[in-house]
Amino acid sequence: MKILRVRAVAKKELIQIWRDPLSLAMAFLMPVMLLFIFGYAITLDVNNLKTVVCDLDKSSRSRELVDALGASGYFTVVGNIHEQKEIDSYLDSGRAFVALTIPQGFLEHLKTGKETSLQFIVDGSDSNTATIAFGYISAITDMYSQRIRGGRVTPLMDLRVRVWYNPELKSRNFIIPGLIAVIMAVITALLTSLTIAREWERGTMEQLISTPVKVPELILGKLIPYFFIGLADVIFSVLLAVFLFEVPLRGNPLLLMLLSGIFLFGGLSLGILISIAAKSQLVASQISMIATFLPAFLLSGFMFSIANMPKPLQIFTHVIPARYFVTMLKGIFLKGSTLKILLFETLLLSFFGLFVFAVANKKFRKRVV
Amino acid sequence: MIRSSTAVKVRGLTKKFNDFTAVDNIDLNIKKGEIFGFIGPNGAGKTTTIKMLCGLLLPTAGEGTVGGWDIMKDSEEIKKNIGYMSQKFSLYDDLTVEENIRFFSGIYGVANSRKKERLEWVLQMAELQDRRRAVTKTLPGGFKQRLALGCAILHEPPMIFLDEPTSGVDPLSRRNFWNLINEMSKAGITIFVTTHYMDEADYCNRLALIYRGRIIAEGTPNELKQKYMTRYVLEVETDHVVNAMEVLNKSGMDAAIFGSLLHVTADSMEKAVPLIRGVLEDAGIPAHRIERIVPSLEDVFVNLIEVS
Repeated sequence: MKILRVRAVAKKELIQIWRDPLSLAMAFLMPVMLLFIFGYAITLDVNNLKTVVCDLDKSSRSRELVDALGASGYFTVVGNIHEQKEIDSYLDSGRAFVALTIPQGFLEHLKTGKETSLQFIVDGSDSNTATIAFGYISAITDMYSQRIRGGRVTPLMDLRVRVWYNPELKSRNFIIPGLIAVIMAVITALLTSLTIAREWERGTMEQLISTPVKVPELILGKLIPYFFIGLADVIFSVLLAVFLFEVPLRGNPLLLMLLSGIFLFGGLSLGILISIAAKSQLVASQISMIATFLPAFLLSGFMFSIANMPKPLQIFTHVIPARYFVTMLKGIFLKGSTLKILLFETLLLSFFGLFVFAVANKKFRKRVV
Repeated sequence: MIRSSTAVKVRGLTKKFNDFTAVDNIDLNIKKGEIFGFIGPNGAGKTTTIKMLCGLLLPTAGEGTVGGWDIMKDSEEIKKNIGYMSQKFSLYDDLTVEENIRFFSGIYGVANSRKKERLEWVLQMAELQDRRRAVTKTLPGGFKQRLALGCAILHEPPMIFLDEPTSGVDPLSRRNFWNLINEMSKAGITIFVTTHYMDEADYCNRLALIYRGRIIAEGTPNELKQKYMTRYVLEVETDHVVNAMEVLNKSGMDAAIFGSLLHVTADSMEKAVPLIRGVLEDAGIPAHRIERIVPSLEDVFVNLIEVS
């Protein structure tokens, strides 16, 4: 292995990226843009649920209840109706997600200490939001009934739940670090998936393989510029996460960069391997999208907890490198995890990178056909 | 091995792509310092052969050496000792002239102390001193081709393989290019060059004619003309060459179109001239002129193909 040759390839590759606006945009703009778009789009928090109120009681108490609902921030009253049958049109058309009916005699019943009921209708077609809305409703009505009861009954158990790492339970805090991992998984493979295939397509590979350049020199030379681009992307993403999305970064930023570097090496090598196997830019980019995006999005634990998956799928997730990177980023961002805690993930990612790099070297033939 | 006077020596070189035999059991002997022309029509197997010799394609069968290195086992060693210029322009279009040269300098491992000198040498050889910062894709064909040649010989290899180096290049650039090749040959470099331009064959020291994967003739240009052209070649001038050729071939003669003229090969001059006149007059296409000419290599080649 001659460093001079690696340097020649790396320099050439860098010039080519620099001269190609499309490559530049893909290298620098795409990750930041994806983070921006997905960071805002993907949220599991439920706010401002559109609520229609059918207050048949029209008493001070019923108005108080409606106010309490609105004041929580989770519900926004979008309409007041006087007949229950109007609820249908609100829910059907999607103008409201929740409908609350306060029966006549609500105030009366409360005064006399009789049991009374409230009707909530929730649009279950979005089951996730419905479940969360249901939780909020229970909490608010419980609190409300406690208040009017004046705390006369002490509960048997006093629950004191404390949430660690993300005390406000902001979904953004766990989505953004995972999202960075998913985006980097896709970008790394995509970036390098074009490089070898492009040379075959343009015919430049024929000249290149007629020279004494060695395969590892060629592959390493092609990886180096993208490695630094990848690191720059990670830095941009982390800055966006911390300053725009206000995700706390509790761990060591240098550890984060080190582990990102290990992940990048594997991801970029995977792209090269795909590029070697496909020999066409179109096929290579499609394969790398499918091979990285879907597993990283669905099976990395980014959105869907691996512990809740069926056992065979859980085992399968071990071969998805993004899985370890998601764990690393979530850990470093939210828990301030150290290298010692992330050692298992680090070792596996290093192994993955070296393995893919070795396969890529083996697979590349300095011959046509 | 190194001291041998042979640059290329292969026996039974064969390449099959599934059922198709692109190169069929050919032997080649190329001496050091010679310009060896590999001539044949498109699809005859020229490119496949050159790629096998350069270690870019593994032969299906055969044995031999290039620069003393085994073609089946030592392709990476061969690559250190040759310069290869592919048929299609294959430098980086989006790099400048200088960047391309520097890149290949790096790849070929040209010593740092010589880099500058080699760079200037290529620029001068390709007459690109004024365009060193031009992006390669903006260059005219002739310049691109000379730049490609320059990049392929940056490391001063003892052998160079050129695959149709002059295709798609204007006649003046073609002549300049052959002058360059001649100079390199004088400097002791072995040159293996393929072409389908017959007029270029005369620039070569030795030739092999390849047709449908087989070598059908070999020798110096003069040997080929004498050995394979025992028949007479008559040049016929007429107004309708295509019709005239059809009529003559139908009546059992060998006629072929050469530009605006017909070349007819015949065993006997005395019999052929009146015969041609008669046949053409009957067809209403009078011959303006019938003349015996010295056969060109193109005649030799057309004749050989008809025989095989």
